[in-house]
Amino acid sequence: MSARGVASFLILVAGVAATSWAADVAPTAKPAADQSMADSTLIARGAELAAIGNCASCHTHPEGKSFAGGRPIKTPFGTLYSTNITPDNETGIGKWSAEDFLRAMHDGVAPGRRNLYPAFPYDHFTRLTDNDVEAIYAFVMTREPVRLTAPPNQLAFPMNLRSALSVWKVLFLERGAYRPDPQQDAEWNRGAYLVEGLGHCGACHTPRNAMGAEEHTRDFDGGQSEGWDAPALNSSSPAPSAWTAEQLYAYLRQGRDENHGTAVGPMKPVVDNLSQVPESDVRAIARYVAWRMNRGQLVRVAATSSDSAQTVIGDGEAIFRGACASCHEAEASGGPIRSGRTVPLSLTTSVNAPDARNAIHIVLEGIWPDAGEKGAFMPPFEGAFTEQQLAALLGYVRSRYARGPAWSDLPKQVRAIMHTGQKQ
Amino acid sequence: MIELDINGTKRSVDAEADTPLLYVLRDHLAMNGAKFGCGLGQCGACTVMVDGEAVFSCMTPVSVLAGRKIRTIEGLGTVEQPGALQRAFIDEQAAQCGYCIAGMIMRAQALLEKNSSPSDAEIRRHMMPNLCRCGTHMRIVKAVRRAAQTMRAEADKPKSAGQT
Repeated sequence: MSARGVASFLILVAGVAATSWAADVAPTAKPAADQSMADSTLIARGAELAAIGNCASCHTHPEGKSFAGGRPIKTPFGTLYSTNITPDNETGIGKWSAEDFLRAMHDGVAPGRRNLYPAFPYDHFTRLTDNDVEAIYAFVMTREPVRLTAPPNQLAFPMNLRSALSVWKVLFLERGAYRPDPQQDAEWNRGAYLVEGLGHCGACHTPRNAMGAEEHTRDFDGGQSEGWDAPALNSSSPAPSAWTAEQLYAYLRQGRDENHGTAVGPMKPVVDNLSQVPESDVRAIARYVAWRMNRGQLVRVAATSSDSAQTVIGDGEAIFRGACASCHEAEASGGPIRSGRTVPLSLTTSVNAPDARNAIHIVLEGIWPDAGEKGAFMPPFEGAFTEQQLAALLGYVRSRYARGPAWSDLPKQVRAIMHTGQKQ
Repeated sequence: MIELDINGTKRSVDAEADTPLLYVLRDHLAMNGAKFGCGLGQCGACTVMVDGEAVFSCMTPVSVLAGRKIRTIEGLGTVEQPGALQRAFIDEQAAQCGYCIAGMIMRAQALLEKNSSPSDAEIRRHMMPNLCRCGTHMRIVKAVRRAAQTMRAEADKPKSAGQT
């Protein structure tokens, strides 16, 4: 948070301190041992919805049990730990009633009037219908209870004060269910409902302001997630070839589109989940996102500048020939990787993006096949290059394959990522 | 000419900048421990260490190696005096055809130098890029575990000797 952001935030906190801004939450009854909860249709629908909501990604520690939480979530304000949403009575949400759950999803308030941090995207989940929340509740409450308490959050003042979140909500939380657009058909509206609500795509793909809220004047203008760049999903999309709904569907369903690239980093679990849900929902999401991308004139950066040509670092070409060319140079003729897995670098979003960080991550970490799947993969190059060498290589790749200008802060970004060792 | 530091010895090599390290090792220097498997970073048979990290030598051009420390299987031990990992691989009979083993050992060496007591999960995750087509992976994991034990015992020796 910038100094100005902190200052304005503190003033706001002070200004409203006398008034309780927390939602008026009365404790609700403990859930009865509902037989109705065993409604398997409802649970199955809840499972699909939870997959579209990508709940398990945040609420599962990489080495832990599903939905038991404890995964660190790094934010500009400090580190949050996801909570245990299994139905364990002591450490999970076992004592939560359906009303408690609905209030958490719609208003960001847990039992005991505890305000929840918006890393839990209730600013999106507030769009969900009560029926959908009920199905998700039925699903999570029938998971295996796991006894696990997440470590305490490590947040800086004033974000460590949950009461301060009341102010945040007044400023940034627009409550209310999704309102269908009568001008559009049912599929479009289904897509919009899922993208804006449950899918919470904007949580990563929309930039955030100094107080960590999405800037809605710049919806889908591109954001960040876990050290990766979440590319723009509007007319600023960096993809050199415009996405169609059909291509987006293939990408979201199979994790790859041959005209744009492969889902990696934090997008990987999203597509893994979307491969498990009803096809019609993924088609609706694809249609709505394609509509957003192609609405208005596409802003494509023309390759008119000669800057990029001048910044070619001589070493980069030799490194490319020795390390990359055997797969990526032969790609025009199909290349040695026969399973059709290399996407031409000139088309990949990571090489064409205004930000170099995804390209850096991919070279260092590689792109792995799914567990248990055979097939070629992009090998990780961690350890092979020094900072300068990796910057030279990517500078060369950018100037040779991308339409945009040279990445101006490339050496700095390479250093930052190699030193923090951020890995997926 | 490019000067390379291999197993602590300076070697001058007349090679193009984009020549893969593997070709220089095998064709220029007759160091045949690292193997050519796929040439595309898919199998790990060519694995060596650079500045302590396991890398695919088939995809590492020599131009990036000036001033950096390269280690190959030849640097770990000899037939008479095998290194801890080599000894463990023999004791566990972890090789069948043996083609992947030099790469396996070098990748494992990089792990054990950073983490002296890795869990099985850590060993498996670290060894993931290297393939054995004979299927001795279980014995390879055992051998890495055994080597870790030996190396820890070796590391403790001088300390306890100093204390008495």
